[in-house]
Amino acid sequence: MTDARETGGPSRRTILLTIGGTAVAAGLTAVPGLAWADEAAVAEAIKGMVGDMPPESGVTLDLPEIAENGNTVPLSFEVDAPMSGDVYVKDVMVLADGNPSPDVAVFHFTPMSGKAAASTRLRLAGTQNVVAVAQLSDGTAMMGKKQVKVTIGGCGG
Amino acid sequence: MATIRPRVKAPRKASPGEVVEIKTLINHSMESGQRKDKNGDPIPRQIINKFVAAFNGREFFTVDLAPAISANPYLSFYAKVEESGEFTFTWHDDDGSVYEDSKSIEVA
Amino acid sequence: MTTANKAFGLLSAGLLGLGLLATGPANAADDGTRIDWGPYKVDEKRSGYTYAGAQTRAMQDDEFQNPAFLWLERGMDLWETADGAANTSCADCHGDAEESMAGVATRYPIYFDDWGKLMNIEQRINWCRETQMQAEPLKWESDALLGLTAFVKNQSKGMPIDVAVDGPAAPFFEQGKAFYETRRGQLDLACTHCHVDNEGNLIRAETLSQGQANGFPTYRLKWQSVGSLHRRFRGCNRNIRAQPYPYGSDEYTNLELYVTWRGNGLPVESPSVRK
Repeated sequence: MTDARETGGPSRRTILLTIGGTAVAAGLTAVPGLAWADEAAVAEAIKGMVGDMPPESGVTLDLPEIAENGNTVPLSFEVDAPMSGDVYVKDVMVLADGNPSPDVAVFHFTPMSGKAAASTRLRLAGTQNVVAVAQLSDGTAMMGKKQVKVTIGGCGG
Repeated sequence: MATIRPRVKAPRKASPGEVVEIKTLINHSMESGQRKDKNGDPIPRQIINKFVAAFNGREFFTVDLAPAISANPYLSFYAKVEESGEFTFTWHDDDGSVYEDSKSIEVA
Repeated sequence: MTTANKAFGLLSAGLLGLGLLATGPANAADDGTRIDWGPYKVDEKRSGYTYAGAQTRAMQDDEFQNPAFLWLERGMDLWETADGAANTSCADCHGDAEESMAGVATRYPIYFDDWGKLMNIEQRINWCRETQMQAEPLKWESDALLGLTAFVKNQSKGMPIDVAVDGPAAPFFEQGKAFYETRRGQLDLACTHCHVDNEGNLIRAETLSQGQANGFPTYRLKWQSVGSLHRRFRGCNRNIRAQPYPYGSDEYTNLELYVTWRGNGLPVESPSVRK
């Protein structure tokens, strides 16, 4: 992975993620030779979703400080916002800045979700930051960020 | 695994307005498209790209998944239930396959 | 200090120099010495569970997070599925697995007279298939065999391992012990060097465990799949640059008895989750 990053280098930072669902599946297809994710790519994706960089608050990210294996890193998040009929959390986009592509997943909520929280497991190609950006129905954006160290295995690695 | 079969855990009973937790798991390799086979040829991407949860026919939680989601994807989330009914869950594969499961809940 | 230990001491120094082996508390896993591990620690015996990080343990603790249950459920279906020329299922002979299989996994591998050697659960399942069901044996590491093995072993979950190593099993146990203590591969290491002499120490960023067998088959994060104990043996052998033995080979089945015996008293955890 490191080799690919050093030699392949991000020449074109094209973020194909489209929020809203329809084009996401196609947009996430990894194209060989295209950009490896980095902080700039993540920032670009965030701005594409919510305009400006939101403050780093309001989204609690639960991730291990040290992942035992980058293949399966448990992730939970919760957005500190009401889920009433008027204002609710619509979308939460999860990004990683050290993977072949920054996209991890986009969660779409409704007031019927009851709670803007979810868990999954993700792949991390190495030590990197994981970011979750939330957008509310009234346009408010918030964000959480956490670094995860991915260890080099001994016999397990 | 040849047979793809989801597992879902949802409570059977709840009181009106209760927020219940739902856990789902499905066996799928989530082939990222980043790997190469023994001959050095790229292994084509094949992932579950979308998950949809609905209650009594109304979608209330969906996820768009990227290849960065681990094999055998796990998802847990919540639902606020006001009346009895049926949850339906669908997983959409890159190859067009759709896997489904459902759970009913009694709300009283 | 034996010659072997002395030599390993030198090797350790070499690995330390390279930064491959370190002593001191693990940073990847919790410090196992201060936690009350409950059933996962019996005297000095520690399940692999106690070397796993909190998230990995949480994944095992919750059946609905443990991906191995996807395989186990497949095994549950197979238990009821008739197959072979005899058109028989496991359930036709053994009935409800919850009753008939409870405790079974605590005693395997077992010596069988008509077989003339040891059989582990996988081999017993395939023996049943070939002899009783007149069906094709399931392939090693197939989802079907892993699922059925996980299902059968899970019926003994929480029960202490209690393999017999005396009587007719004794010579096979001795062979397994000899395998465990024999140096092999380009790194010239025996199982003991890592899992006895350096248990608890770090090899690169990873803590060396006691190499207990009580959780297999296991969902390994590295594999992103369930795998058998023999798969783990093959991985270990490759890591020390030794030629691995085939799945189900006598060498590995004898080794399985020895390794399982080391954990006598630890609870069956199958299917576990390991890094």
